[in-house]
Amino acid sequence: MSAVLKPKPKAIVCDGNEAAAWAVTLARVDMVAVYPITPQSSLVEYLAKFVADGKLNAEIVDVEGEHSVLSVLHGGVLAGARAYTGTCGPGLAFMFEPYLRTPGLRMPMVMSIVTRDTLTPQSVWGGHQDAMSVREVGWIQMYCETVQEVLDTTILAYKVAEHRDVMLPVNVCHDGNYLSYGAARVELPTQEEVDAFLPPPSTNWHAALDPSRPMAIDPLTGGAGGPGPSLFVRYRKGQCAGMQNALAAIEAAHEDWARIVGRRHAPLVESYRMDDAEVALVTLGSMTGAAKDAVDEARDRGQRVGLVKVKTYRPFPVQAIARALTGVKAVGVVDRSVSFGWNCGPLYQDVIGALQFAAQRPAAMSFIGGLAGADITTDHFGRAIERVQALAKDGQVGETVWLNEKD
Amino acid sequence: MYEIRIHGRGGQGAVLAGGILAAALVNEGKFVVAVPSFGFERRGAPVASFLRMDTREIRQMTNIYRPDCVLCIDPTVGRAVNVFDGIRDNGTWIQTTARPIGELQVPDKVAAVGLCDAVSIALEIFKRPITNTLMLGAFAKTTGLVSLDSLRAAVEDSDFRDAGLKQNLLALERGYNETTVHRIEKREAA
Repeated sequence: MSAVLKPKPKAIVCDGNEAAAWAVTLARVDMVAVYPITPQSSLVEYLAKFVADGKLNAEIVDVEGEHSVLSVLHGGVLAGARAYTGTCGPGLAFMFEPYLRTPGLRMPMVMSIVTRDTLTPQSVWGGHQDAMSVREVGWIQMYCETVQEVLDTTILAYKVAEHRDVMLPVNVCHDGNYLSYGAARVELPTQEEVDAFLPPPSTNWHAALDPSRPMAIDPLTGGAGGPGPSLFVRYRKGQCAGMQNALAAIEAAHEDWARIVGRRHAPLVESYRMDDAEVALVTLGSMTGAAKDAVDEARDRGQRVGLVKVKTYRPFPVQAIARALTGVKAVGVVDRSVSFGWNCGPLYQDVIGALQFAAQRPAAMSFIGGLAGADITTDHFGRAIERVQALAKDGQVGETVWLNEKD
Repeated sequence: MYEIRIHGRGGQGAVLAGGILAAALVNEGKFVVAVPSFGFERRGAPVASFLRMDTREIRQMTNIYRPDCVLCIDPTVGRAVNVFDGIRDNGTWIQTTARPIGELQVPDKVAAVGLCDAVSIALEIFKRPITNTLMLGAFAKTTGLVSLDSLRAAVEDSDFRDAGLKQNLLALERGYNETTVHRIEKREAA
Protein backbone atom coordinates (compact mmCIF):
# COMPACT_ATOMS: atom_id res chain seq x y z
CA MET A 1 0.00 0.00 0.00
CA SER A 2 1.39 3.27 -1.04
CA ALA A 3 -1.04 5.85 0.32
CA VAL A 4 1.06 8.71 1.60
CA LEU A 5 -0.53 11.47 3.61
CA LYS A 6 0.57 15.00 3.09
CA PRO A 7 1.70 16.17 6.51
CA LYS A 8 -1.08 18.21 8.07
CA PRO A 9 -0.92 20.35 11.16
CA LYS A 10 -1.59 18.24 14.22
CA ALA A 11 -4.71 20.21 15.09
CA ILE A 12 -7.20 20.78 12.31
CA VAL A 13 -10.76 22.09 12.20
CA CYS A 14 -13.20 19.71 10.60
CA ASP A 15 -16.72 18.39 10.91
CA GLY A 16 -17.65 14.82 11.79
CA ASN A 17 -18.08 13.75 8.19
CA GLU A 18 -14.60 14.94 7.27
CA ALA A 19 -13.23 13.36 10.47
CA ALA A 20 -14.67 9.99 9.43
CA ALA A 21 -13.12 10.38 5.96
CA TRP A 22 -9.73 11.11 7.56
CA ALA A 23 -10.13 8.01 9.73
CA VAL A 24 -10.87 5.83 6.69
CA THR A 25 -7.80 7.27 5.00
CA LEU A 26 -5.54 6.73 7.99
CA ALA A 27 -6.88 3.16 8.38
CA ARG A 28 -5.62 2.43 4.84
CA VAL A 29 -8.99 1.10 3.71
CA ASP A 30 -8.79 -0.85 0.42
CA MET A 31 -12.32 -0.47 -0.80
CA VAL A 32 -15.12 2.04 -0.42
CA ALA A 33 -18.59 1.78 -1.95
CA VAL A 34 -20.79 4.83 -1.80
CA TYR A 35 -24.23 6.17 -2.40
CA PRO A 36 -24.79 9.69 -1.08
CA ILE A 37 -27.65 10.53 1.28
CA THR A 38 -28.23 13.47 3.62
CA PRO A 39 -26.61 13.98 6.13
CA GLN A 40 -23.91 11.53 5.03
CA SER A 41 -23.27 13.03 1.57
CA SER A 42 -20.27 15.21 2.37
CA LEU A 43 -18.56 12.20 4.01
CA VAL A 44 -18.44 10.26 0.75
CA GLU A 45 -17.61 13.45 -1.15
CA TYR A 46 -14.55 13.84 1.09
CA LEU A 47 -13.61 10.20 0.43
CA ALA A 48 -13.93 10.70 -3.33
CA LYS A 49 -11.75 13.80 -3.03
CA PHE A 50 -9.14 12.00 -0.92
CA VAL A 51 -8.97 9.21 -3.51
CA ALA A 52 -8.72 11.74 -6.36
CA ASP A 53 -5.99 13.65 -4.49
CA GLY A 54 -4.01 10.44 -3.96
CA LYS A 55 -4.32 10.59 -0.19
CA LEU A 56 -6.41 7.42 -0.03
CA ASN A 57 -5.24 4.46 -2.09
CA ALA A 58 -8.60 2.72 -2.24
CA GLU A 59 -10.92 1.47 -4.91
CA ILE A 60 -14.04 3.63 -4.74
CA VAL A 61 -17.17 2.10 -6.25
CA ASP A 62 -19.95 4.53 -7.10
CA VAL A 63 -22.94 2.21 -7.17
CA GLU A 64 -26.62 2.69 -8.01
CA GLY A 65 -28.06 2.30 -4.51
CA GLU A 66 -27.38 1.19 -0.95
CA HIS A 67 -28.35 -2.44 -1.56
CA SER A 68 -25.48 -2.57 -4.04
CA VAL A 69 -23.17 -0.68 -1.66
CA LEU A 70 -23.09 -3.54 0.81
CA SER A 71 -23.28 -6.26 -1.82
CA VAL A 72 -20.18 -4.87 -3.53
CA LEU A 73 -18.36 -4.63 -0.20
CA HIS A 74 -19.28 -8.25 0.58
CA GLY A 75 -17.31 -9.26 -2.49
CA GLY A 76 -14.40 -7.10 -1.41
CA VAL A 77 -14.32 -8.41 2.16
CA LEU A 78 -14.57 -12.02 0.94
CA ALA A 79 -11.48 -11.33 -1.14
CA GLY A 80 -9.61 -9.97 1.88
CA ALA A 81 -10.13 -6.21 1.50
CA ARG A 82 -10.55 -3.74 4.34
CA ALA A 83 -13.88 -2.13 3.43
CA TYR A 84 -15.88 0.94 4.40
CA THR A 85 -19.13 2.72 3.71
CA GLY A 86 -21.54 5.09 5.40
CA THR A 87 -25.26 5.64 5.18
CA CYS A 88 -28.34 6.59 7.19
CA GLY A 89 -32.13 6.59 7.35
CA PRO A 90 -33.75 5.56 4.05
CA GLY A 91 -30.38 4.40 2.70
CA LEU A 92 -29.99 2.03 5.63
CA ALA A 93 -33.52 0.76 5.01
CA PHE A 94 -32.72 0.12 1.37
CA MET A 95 -29.58 -1.90 2.26
CA PHE A 96 -31.37 -3.97 4.90
CA GLU A 97 -31.13 -7.37 3.17
CA PRO A 98 -27.33 -7.40 2.68
CA TYR A 99 -27.05 -5.59 6.03
CA LEU A 100 -28.58 -8.69 7.70
CA ARG A 101 -26.16 -10.99 5.88
CA THR A 102 -23.00 -9.10 6.89
CA PRO A 103 -22.70 -10.21 10.54
CA GLY A 104 -23.94 -13.72 9.76
CA LEU A 105 -21.06 -14.16 7.33
CA ARG A 106 -18.72 -12.70 9.99
CA MET A 107 -17.51 -9.94 7.69
CA PRO A 108 -15.32 -7.44 9.50
CA MET A 109 -16.14 -4.10 7.90
CA VAL A 110 -16.92 -0.63 9.21
CA MET A 111 -19.96 1.41 8.27
CA SER A 112 -20.74 4.84 9.62
CA ILE A 113 -24.37 5.53 10.37
CA VAL A 114 -24.66 9.31 10.18
CA THR A 115 -27.82 9.03 12.21
CA ARG A 116 -31.06 10.42 10.82
CA ASP A 117 -34.61 10.17 11.99
CA THR A 118 -36.71 7.73 10.02
CA LEU A 119 -39.72 8.23 7.81
CA THR A 120 -42.41 9.28 8.23
CA PRO A 121 -43.25 12.27 8.56
CA GLN A 122 -40.59 13.24 6.03
CA SER A 123 -37.44 14.45 7.72
CA VAL A 124 -33.83 14.81 6.69
CA TRP A 125 -32.51 15.73 10.13
CA GLY A 126 -30.66 13.86 12.84
CA GLY A 127 -32.06 11.37 15.33
CA HIS A 128 -31.07 7.85 16.34
CA GLN A 129 -34.17 6.11 15.00
CA ASP A 130 -32.37 4.59 11.98
CA ALA A 131 -29.54 3.03 13.98
CA MET A 132 -31.97 1.95 16.71
CA SER A 133 -34.15 0.20 14.14
CA VAL A 134 -31.26 -2.16 13.38
CA ARG A 135 -30.03 -2.65 16.93
CA GLU A 136 -30.82 -6.40 16.99
CA VAL A 137 -29.34 -7.41 13.66
CA GLY A 138 -25.88 -8.38 14.91
CA TRP A 139 -23.71 -5.40 14.04
CA ILE A 140 -21.56 -3.86 16.74
CA GLN A 141 -22.67 -0.26 17.35
CA MET A 142 -20.64 2.49 18.97
CA TYR A 143 -21.94 6.05 19.38
CA CYS A 144 -19.68 9.12 19.31
CA GLU A 145 -19.91 12.23 21.48
CA THR A 146 -17.45 14.56 19.72
CA VAL A 147 -15.89 15.09 16.31
CA GLN A 148 -12.61 13.81 17.78
CA GLU A 149 -14.36 10.66 18.93
CA VAL A 150 -15.74 10.14 15.41
CA LEU A 151 -12.21 10.17 14.01
CA ASP A 152 -10.70 7.96 16.70
CA THR A 153 -13.58 5.48 16.87
CA THR A 154 -13.77 4.95 13.11
CA ILE A 155 -10.13 3.79 13.17
CA LEU A 156 -10.58 1.82 16.39
CA ALA A 157 -13.57 0.05 14.86
CA TYR A 158 -11.35 -1.82 12.40
CA LYS A 159 -9.29 -3.26 15.23
CA VAL A 160 -12.47 -4.48 16.90
CA ALA A 161 -14.10 -5.80 13.72
CA GLU A 162 -10.99 -7.70 12.61
CA HIS A 163 -10.16 -9.14 16.04
CA ARG A 164 -9.96 -12.91 15.57
CA ASP A 165 -12.38 -13.53 18.45
CA VAL A 166 -14.90 -11.06 17.00
CA MET A 167 -14.94 -10.96 13.17
CA LEU A 168 -18.09 -8.86 12.98
CA PRO A 169 -19.07 -5.61 11.25
CA VAL A 170 -19.13 -2.36 13.21
CA ASN A 171 -21.40 0.66 12.90
CA VAL A 172 -19.80 3.85 14.11
CA CYS A 173 -22.80 6.11 14.77
CA HIS A 174 -22.34 9.86 14.64
CA ASP A 175 -25.27 12.21 14.97
CA GLY A 176 -26.62 13.68 11.77
CA ASN A 177 -26.36 17.48 11.75
CA TYR A 178 -24.77 18.12 15.15
CA LEU A 179 -21.73 15.90 14.43
CA SER A 180 -21.97 15.44 10.65
CA TYR A 181 -21.78 19.21 10.05
CA GLY A 182 -20.63 20.41 13.47
CA ALA A 183 -16.95 21.39 13.26
CA ALA A 184 -14.40 21.41 16.04
CA ARG A 185 -10.71 21.38 16.71
CA VAL A 186 -9.50 17.84 16.09
CA GLU A 187 -6.12 16.24 16.68
CA LEU A 188 -5.11 14.24 13.64
CA PRO A 189 -2.98 11.20 14.51
CA THR A 190 0.03 10.59 12.31
CA GLN A 191 0.06 7.76 9.77
CA GLU A 192 2.90 6.17 11.75
CA GLU A 193 0.77 6.10 14.91
CA VAL A 194 -2.18 4.56 13.11
CA ASP A 195 0.06 2.00 11.37
CA ALA A 196 1.48 1.02 14.76
CA PHE A 197 -2.06 0.67 16.12
CA LEU A 198 -3.76 -1.11 13.24
CA PRO A 199 -2.22 -4.23 11.67
CA PRO A 200 -2.95 -5.17 8.01
CA PRO A 201 -6.51 -6.43 7.46
CA SER A 202 -7.24 -9.90 8.73
CA THR A 203 -9.32 -12.16 6.51
CA ASN A 204 -12.00 -14.52 7.74
CA TRP A 205 -10.72 -17.72 6.13
CA HIS A 206 -13.85 -19.49 7.22
CA ALA A 207 -15.65 -17.47 4.56
CA ALA A 208 -13.24 -16.15 1.98
CA LEU A 209 -12.89 -16.40 -1.76
CA ASP A 210 -9.70 -18.23 -2.63
CA PRO A 211 -9.33 -19.79 -6.09
CA SER A 212 -7.03 -22.47 -4.71
CA ARG A 213 -9.63 -23.55 -2.15
CA PRO A 214 -13.03 -23.21 -3.83
CA MET A 215 -15.97 -23.24 -1.43
CA ALA A 216 -19.62 -22.23 -1.28
CA ILE A 217 -20.36 -19.13 0.75
CA ASP A 218 -23.61 -18.88 2.71
CA PRO A 219 -25.15 -22.29 1.92
CA LEU A 220 -28.71 -23.21 2.89
CA THR A 221 -28.76 -24.18 6.56
CA GLY A 222 -31.43 -25.03 9.12
CA GLY A 223 -34.75 -26.78 8.85
CA ALA A 224 -36.10 -29.39 11.22
CA GLY A 225 -34.13 -32.44 10.18
CA GLY A 226 -30.66 -33.78 9.46
CA PRO A 227 -27.67 -31.63 10.40
CA GLY A 228 -29.62 -28.41 9.77
CA PRO A 229 -30.83 -27.42 13.23
CA SER A 230 -27.57 -28.00 15.08
CA LEU A 231 -25.56 -26.34 12.32
CA PHE A 232 -27.80 -23.29 12.46
CA VAL A 233 -27.43 -23.14 16.24
CA ARG A 234 -23.65 -23.26 15.80
CA TYR A 235 -23.81 -20.23 13.51
CA ARG A 236 -26.04 -18.28 15.88
CA LYS A 237 -24.13 -19.22 19.02
CA GLY A 238 -20.89 -18.29 17.30
CA GLN A 239 -22.31 -14.91 16.36
CA CYS A 240 -23.51 -14.28 19.92
CA ALA A 241 -20.13 -15.35 21.29
CA GLY A 242 -18.40 -12.99 18.86
CA MET A 243 -20.60 -10.15 20.10
CA GLN A 244 -19.75 -10.91 23.72
CA ASN A 245 -16.05 -11.19 22.85
CA ALA A 246 -16.34 -7.73 21.33
CA LEU A 247 -16.73 -6.19 24.80
CA ALA A 248 -13.16 -7.16 25.73
CA ALA A 249 -11.88 -6.37 22.21
CA ILE A 250 -13.39 -2.87 22.40
CA GLU A 251 -11.74 -2.26 25.77
CA ALA A 252 -8.39 -3.56 24.50
CA ALA A 253 -8.58 -1.45 21.33
CA HIS A 254 -9.28 1.71 23.35
CA GLU A 255 -6.37 0.86 25.65
CA ASP A 256 -4.03 0.38 22.68
CA TRP A 257 -5.23 3.66 21.19
CA ALA A 258 -4.51 5.49 24.44
CA ARG A 259 -1.04 3.92 24.61
CA ILE A 260 -0.05 4.66 21.02
CA VAL A 261 -1.89 7.89 20.19
CA GLY A 262 -2.18 9.26 23.72
CA ARG A 263 -5.93 9.87 23.73
CA ARG A 264 -8.24 7.94 26.00
CA HIS A 265 -11.97 7.48 25.42
CA ALA A 266 -14.19 5.36 27.67
CA PRO A 267 -14.70 2.13 25.68
CA LEU A 268 -18.07 0.85 26.96
CA VAL A 269 -19.56 3.44 29.32
CA GLU A 270 -18.16 6.66 30.73
CA SER A 271 -18.98 7.67 34.30
CA TYR A 272 -18.94 11.43 34.74
CA ARG A 273 -19.03 12.90 38.29
CA MET A 274 -20.67 9.69 39.53
CA ASP A 275 -18.57 9.19 42.70
CA ASP A 276 -21.15 10.40 45.23
CA ALA A 277 -24.05 10.94 42.84
CA GLU A 278 -27.62 10.50 44.09
CA VAL A 279 -29.19 10.87 40.66
CA ALA A 280 -27.80 10.21 37.20
CA LEU A 281 -28.56 10.90 33.56
CA VAL A 282 -27.76 8.26 30.95
CA THR A 283 -26.92 9.66 27.51
CA LEU A 284 -25.95 8.53 24.02
CA GLY A 285 -24.09 10.46 21.33
CA SER A 286 -23.53 14.17 20.84
CA MET A 287 -26.17 15.19 23.40
CA THR A 288 -23.67 14.19 26.08
CA GLY A 289 -21.64 17.42 25.95
CA ALA A 290 -24.57 19.65 26.85
CA ALA A 291 -25.68 17.09 29.47
CA LYS A 292 -22.24 17.22 31.13
CA ASP A 293 -22.47 21.02 31.27
CA ALA A 294 -25.91 20.70 32.90
CA VAL A 295 -24.46 18.25 35.43
CA ASP A 296 -21.69 20.76 36.23
CA GLU A 297 -24.30 23.49 36.76
CA ALA A 298 -26.21 21.26 39.18
CA ARG A 299 -22.97 20.35 40.98
CA ASP A 300 -22.18 24.08 41.30
CA ARG A 301 -25.48 24.39 43.16
CA GLY A 302 -24.34 21.62 45.51
CA GLN A 303 -26.51 18.88 44.02
CA ARG A 304 -25.15 15.36 43.77
CA VAL A 305 -25.74 14.67 40.08
CA GLY A 306 -23.74 12.50 37.70
CA LEU A 307 -23.90 11.13 34.19
CA VAL A 308 -23.25 7.83 32.46
CA LYS A 309 -22.56 7.98 28.75
CA VAL A 310 -23.13 4.82 26.73
CA LYS A 311 -20.41 4.55 24.07
CA THR A 312 -20.86 0.91 23.10
CA TYR A 313 -24.54 0.18 22.55
CA ARG A 314 -24.27 -3.21 20.81
CA PRO A 315 -23.13 -5.48 22.40
CA PHE A 316 -24.87 -3.86 25.35
CA PRO A 317 -22.40 -3.53 28.25
CA VAL A 318 -24.83 -4.93 30.82
CA GLN A 319 -22.38 -5.39 33.68
CA ALA A 320 -20.65 -2.04 33.11
CA ILE A 321 -24.03 -0.24 33.18
CA ALA A 322 -25.13 -2.09 36.31
CA ARG A 323 -21.85 -1.21 38.05
CA ALA A 324 -21.96 2.44 36.96
CA LEU A 325 -25.52 3.00 38.21
CA THR A 326 -25.54 0.94 41.39
CA GLY A 327 -26.02 3.08 44.46
CA VAL A 328 -27.81 6.04 42.86
CA LYS A 329 -31.40 6.65 43.89
CA ALA A 330 -32.83 7.57 40.51
CA VAL A 331 -31.81 7.48 36.85
CA GLY A 332 -33.09 9.41 33.83
CA VAL A 333 -32.31 7.80 30.49
CA VAL A 334 -32.34 10.21 27.56
CA ASP A 335 -33.06 8.69 24.16
CA ARG A 336 -32.91 10.36 20.75
CA SER A 337 -35.38 7.82 19.34
CA VAL A 338 -38.52 6.00 20.38
CA SER A 339 -39.56 2.44 21.05
CA PHE A 340 -42.95 2.18 19.40
CA GLY A 341 -43.55 -1.07 21.21
CA TRP A 342 -43.23 0.32 24.71
CA ASN A 343 -43.89 4.09 24.63
CA CYS A 344 -40.40 4.94 25.90
CA GLY A 345 -36.86 5.14 24.58
CA PRO A 346 -35.00 1.98 23.51
CA LEU A 347 -31.90 2.78 25.57
CA TYR A 348 -34.22 3.13 28.57
CA GLN A 349 -35.45 -0.44 28.04
CA ASP A 350 -31.87 -1.71 27.86
CA VAL A 351 -30.80 0.21 30.96
CA ILE A 352 -33.66 -1.01 33.15
CA GLY A 353 -32.88 -4.52 31.93
CA ALA A 354 -29.25 -4.15 32.93
CA LEU A 355 -30.27 -2.71 36.32
CA GLN A 356 -31.56 -6.19 37.21
CA PHE A 357 -27.87 -6.95 37.79
CA ALA A 358 -27.19 -3.89 39.95
CA ALA A 359 -26.46 -4.52 43.63
CA GLN A 360 -28.91 -1.73 44.48
CA ARG A 361 -31.52 -0.98 41.86
CA PRO A 362 -32.47 2.68 41.35
CA ALA A 363 -35.80 3.95 40.02
CA ALA A 364 -35.50 4.88 36.34
CA MET A 365 -37.50 6.98 33.91
CA SER A 366 -37.44 7.66 30.19
CA PHE A 367 -36.83 10.97 28.42
CA ILE A 368 -37.06 11.38 24.66
CA GLY A 369 -35.53 14.40 22.92
CA GLY A 370 -33.66 15.61 19.89
CA LEU A 371 -35.88 13.88 17.35
CA ALA A 372 -35.54 14.94 13.70
CA GLY A 373 -32.84 17.53 14.32
CA ALA A 374 -34.33 19.10 17.45
CA ASP A 375 -31.77 20.50 19.85
CA ILE A 376 -31.27 19.19 23.40
CA THR A 377 -29.75 22.09 25.33
CA THR A 378 -28.39 22.46 28.84
CA ASP A 379 -31.80 23.95 29.74
CA HIS A 380 -33.55 20.75 28.64
CA PHE A 381 -31.08 18.67 30.66
CA GLY A 382 -31.50 21.00 33.65
CA ARG A 383 -35.24 20.30 33.63
CA ALA A 384 -34.59 16.57 33.19
CA ILE A 385 -32.28 16.60 36.23
CA GLU A 386 -35.02 18.29 38.32
CA ARG A 387 -37.50 15.62 37.25
CA VAL A 388 -35.07 12.80 38.16
CA GLN A 389 -34.42 14.45 41.54
CA ALA A 390 -38.20 14.39 42.15
CA LEU A 391 -38.21 10.71 41.19
CA ALA A 392 -35.45 10.08 43.73
CA LYS A 393 -37.71 11.59 46.45
CA ASP A 394 -41.13 10.13 45.59
CA GLY A 395 -40.29 7.03 43.54
CA GLN A 396 -43.09 7.87 41.08
CA VAL A 397 -41.74 6.95 37.64
CA GLY A 398 -44.64 8.40 35.66
CA GLU A 399 -44.96 8.88 31.93
CA THR A 400 -42.15 9.21 29.40
CA VAL A 401 -41.09 12.88 29.16
CA TRP A 402 -40.78 14.36 25.63
CA LEU A 403 -38.15 17.07 26.05
CA ASN A 404 -38.96 19.12 22.93
CA GLU A 405 -42.73 18.91 23.28
CA LYS A 406 -43.04 22.58 24.22
CA ASP A 407 -40.09 24.06 22.31
CA MET B 1 -17.03 31.08 26.51
CA TYR B 2 -17.95 33.52 23.76
CA GLU B 3 -20.90 32.73 21.48
CA ILE B 4 -21.35 34.10 17.97
CA ARG B 5 -24.42 33.73 15.77
CA ILE B 6 -23.91 34.39 12.06
CA HIS B 7 -26.99 35.38 10.06
CA GLY B 8 -27.09 35.36 6.29
CA ARG B 9 -29.00 34.01 3.37
CA GLY B 10 -28.56 30.70 1.59
CA GLY B 11 -25.69 30.93 -0.89
CA GLN B 12 -23.78 33.78 0.79
CA GLY B 13 -21.39 31.50 2.62
CA ALA B 14 -22.42 31.94 6.27
CA VAL B 15 -21.41 28.35 6.99
CA LEU B 16 -18.08 28.74 5.20
CA ALA B 17 -17.47 31.97 7.13
CA GLY B 18 -18.00 30.03 10.36
CA GLY B 19 -15.51 27.40 9.22
CA ILE B 20 -12.83 29.95 8.29
CA LEU B 21 -13.28 31.83 11.56
CA ALA B 22 -13.06 28.54 13.46
CA ALA B 23 -9.81 27.61 11.70
CA ALA B 24 -8.33 31.04 12.42
CA LEU B 25 -9.21 30.80 16.11
CA VAL B 26 -7.78 27.28 16.39
CA ASN B 27 -4.55 28.58 14.83
CA GLU B 28 -4.44 31.04 17.73
CA GLY B 29 -4.75 28.15 20.19
CA LYS B 30 -8.43 28.61 21.01
CA PHE B 31 -11.02 25.88 21.31
CA VAL B 32 -13.88 26.25 18.87
CA VAL B 33 -17.11 24.51 17.98
CA ALA B 34 -19.01 25.60 14.86
CA VAL B 35 -22.49 24.21 14.26
CA PRO B 36 -24.34 25.29 11.13
CA SER B 37 -28.11 25.42 11.14
CA PHE B 38 -29.07 22.92 8.58
CA GLY B 39 -31.82 22.23 6.22
CA PHE B 40 -32.66 22.48 2.63
CA GLU B 41 -32.79 26.24 2.40
CA ARG B 42 -32.96 27.51 -1.11
CA ARG B 43 -30.64 30.28 -2.24
CA GLY B 44 -31.78 33.49 -0.58
CA ALA B 45 -33.60 31.98 2.42
CA PRO B 46 -32.44 33.17 5.87
CA VAL B 47 -29.80 30.86 7.39
CA ALA B 48 -27.80 30.93 10.60
CA SER B 49 -24.59 29.37 11.78
CA PHE B 50 -23.32 29.12 15.34
CA LEU B 51 -19.79 29.40 16.71
CA ARG B 52 -18.50 29.04 20.26
CA MET B 53 -14.96 29.91 21.32
CA ASP B 54 -13.18 29.38 24.60
CA THR B 55 -9.73 28.90 26.08
CA ARG B 56 -10.77 25.42 27.21
CA GLU B 57 -12.51 22.49 25.61
CA ILE B 58 -16.13 23.12 24.58
CA ARG B 59 -18.55 20.26 25.09
CA GLN B 60 -21.92 21.62 23.91
CA MET B 61 -22.72 20.63 20.33
CA THR B 62 -25.91 22.66 20.24
CA ASN B 63 -27.31 25.74 18.56
CA ILE B 64 -26.81 29.17 20.16
CA TYR B 65 -29.73 30.95 21.81
CA ARG B 66 -27.94 33.63 23.89
CA PRO B 67 -25.20 35.02 21.65
CA ASP B 68 -22.56 37.50 22.78
CA CYS B 69 -22.20 38.62 19.19
CA VAL B 70 -24.50 38.71 16.19
CA LEU B 71 -22.78 38.86 12.81
CA CYS B 72 -25.11 39.70 9.90
CA ILE B 73 -23.55 39.16 6.50
CA ASP B 74 -26.73 40.17 4.66
CA PRO B 75 -28.21 43.70 4.70
CA THR B 76 -31.87 42.66 4.90
CA VAL B 77 -31.92 39.36 6.80
CA GLY B 78 -32.91 41.35 9.90
CA ARG B 79 -36.29 42.03 8.28
CA ALA B 80 -36.98 38.30 7.95
CA VAL B 81 -35.77 37.07 11.35
CA ASN B 82 -35.12 38.73 14.71
CA VAL B 83 -31.34 38.62 14.62
CA PHE B 84 -31.16 40.02 18.17
CA ASP B 85 -33.18 37.19 19.69
CA GLY B 86 -31.60 36.27 23.03
CA ILE B 87 -28.57 38.57 22.64
CA ARG B 88 -26.71 39.06 25.91
CA ASP B 89 -26.19 42.38 27.74
CA ASN B 90 -23.24 44.35 26.36
CA GLY B 91 -23.62 42.41 23.14
CA THR B 92 -21.92 43.12 19.86
CA TRP B 93 -23.70 43.63 16.54
CA ILE B 94 -21.81 43.52 13.28
CA GLN B 95 -23.85 44.43 10.23
CA THR B 96 -23.35 44.84 6.54
CA THR B 97 -25.14 48.03 5.61
CA ALA B 98 -24.69 51.20 3.56
CA ARG B 99 -26.46 53.22 6.23
CA PRO B 100 -24.74 55.27 8.95
CA ILE B 101 -25.11 54.42 12.63
CA GLY B 102 -27.57 57.26 13.22
CA GLU B 103 -30.12 55.70 10.91
CA LEU B 104 -30.07 52.30 12.63
CA GLN B 105 -32.19 51.08 15.53
CA VAL B 106 -29.66 49.70 18.00
CA PRO B 107 -31.25 47.48 20.66
CA ASP B 108 -30.57 48.42 24.31
CA LYS B 109 -28.55 45.29 24.94
CA VAL B 110 -26.03 46.10 22.23
CA ALA B 111 -22.90 47.91 23.44
CA ALA B 112 -20.73 47.76 20.32
CA VAL B 113 -21.66 48.04 16.65
CA GLY B 114 -19.44 47.34 13.67
CA LEU B 115 -20.72 48.57 10.30
CA CYS B 116 -19.35 47.71 6.89
CA ASP B 117 -20.82 48.38 3.47
CA ALA B 118 -19.82 44.89 2.45
CA VAL B 119 -22.30 44.55 -0.40
CA SER B 120 -20.87 47.56 -2.27
CA ILE B 121 -17.29 46.39 -1.68
CA ALA B 122 -18.17 42.84 -2.75
CA LEU B 123 -19.69 44.15 -5.99
CA GLU B 124 -16.37 45.89 -6.68
CA ILE B 125 -14.23 42.84 -5.86
CA PHE B 126 -16.34 39.86 -6.94
CA LYS B 127 -18.95 41.59 -9.16
CA ARG B 128 -21.39 39.67 -6.94
CA PRO B 129 -22.72 40.37 -3.41
CA ILE B 130 -20.60 37.73 -1.62
CA THR B 131 -20.02 39.24 1.79
CA ASN B 132 -18.74 36.42 3.99
CA THR B 133 -14.97 37.03 4.00
CA LEU B 134 -15.54 40.80 4.07
CA MET B 135 -17.60 40.41 7.22
CA LEU B 136 -14.92 38.25 8.85
CA GLY B 137 -12.65 41.29 8.46
CA ALA B 138 -15.42 43.36 10.03
CA PHE B 139 -15.61 40.87 12.92
CA ALA B 140 -11.86 41.08 13.56
CA LYS B 141 -11.95 44.89 13.49
CA THR B 142 -15.00 45.19 15.77
CA THR B 143 -14.18 42.57 18.41
CA GLY B 144 -10.40 42.16 18.29
CA LEU B 145 -11.04 38.49 19.15
CA VAL B 146 -9.10 37.19 16.16
CA SER B 147 -6.19 38.70 14.28
CA LEU B 148 -6.31 39.64 10.62
CA ASP B 149 -3.17 37.53 10.13
CA SER B 150 -4.87 34.40 11.45
CA LEU B 151 -7.90 34.99 9.23
CA ARG B 152 -5.58 35.51 6.26
CA ALA B 153 -3.85 32.19 7.01
CA ALA B 154 -7.21 30.43 7.34
CA VAL B 155 -8.43 31.81 3.99
CA GLU B 156 -5.15 30.71 2.36
CA ASP B 157 -5.66 27.24 3.85
CA SER B 158 -9.23 26.95 2.56
CA ASP B 159 -10.38 25.69 -0.82
CA PHE B 160 -10.06 29.12 -2.50
CA ARG B 161 -7.58 29.02 -5.38
CA ASP B 162 -5.82 31.51 -7.67
CA ALA B 163 -8.00 34.51 -8.55
CA GLY B 164 -10.66 33.51 -6.02
CA LEU B 165 -8.05 33.36 -3.28
CA LYS B 166 -6.68 36.79 -4.18
CA GLN B 167 -10.18 38.28 -4.22
CA ASN B 168 -11.03 36.80 -0.83
CA LEU B 169 -7.78 38.00 0.74
CA LEU B 170 -8.53 41.48 -0.59
CA ALA B 171 -12.10 41.21 0.73
CA LEU B 172 -10.80 40.29 4.18
CA GLU B 173 -8.42 43.25 4.16
CA ARG B 174 -11.02 45.75 2.95
CA GLY B 175 -13.64 44.39 5.35
CA TYR B 176 -11.21 45.06 8.18
CA ASN B 177 -10.11 48.50 7.00
CA GLU B 178 -13.53 49.80 5.97
CA THR B 179 -15.50 48.85 9.08
CA THR B 180 -16.49 51.62 11.48
CA VAL B 181 -16.79 50.65 15.12
CA HIS B 182 -19.22 52.44 17.41
CA ARG B 183 -19.30 52.07 21.22
CA ILE B 184 -22.79 52.69 22.53
CA GLU B 185 -23.02 54.54 25.85
CA LYS B 186 -25.22 52.85 28.41
CA ARG B 187 -28.61 54.48 27.95
CA GLU B 188 -30.77 55.46 30.89
CA ALA B 189 -34.00 53.55 31.21
CA ALA B 190 -36.86 55.70 29.91
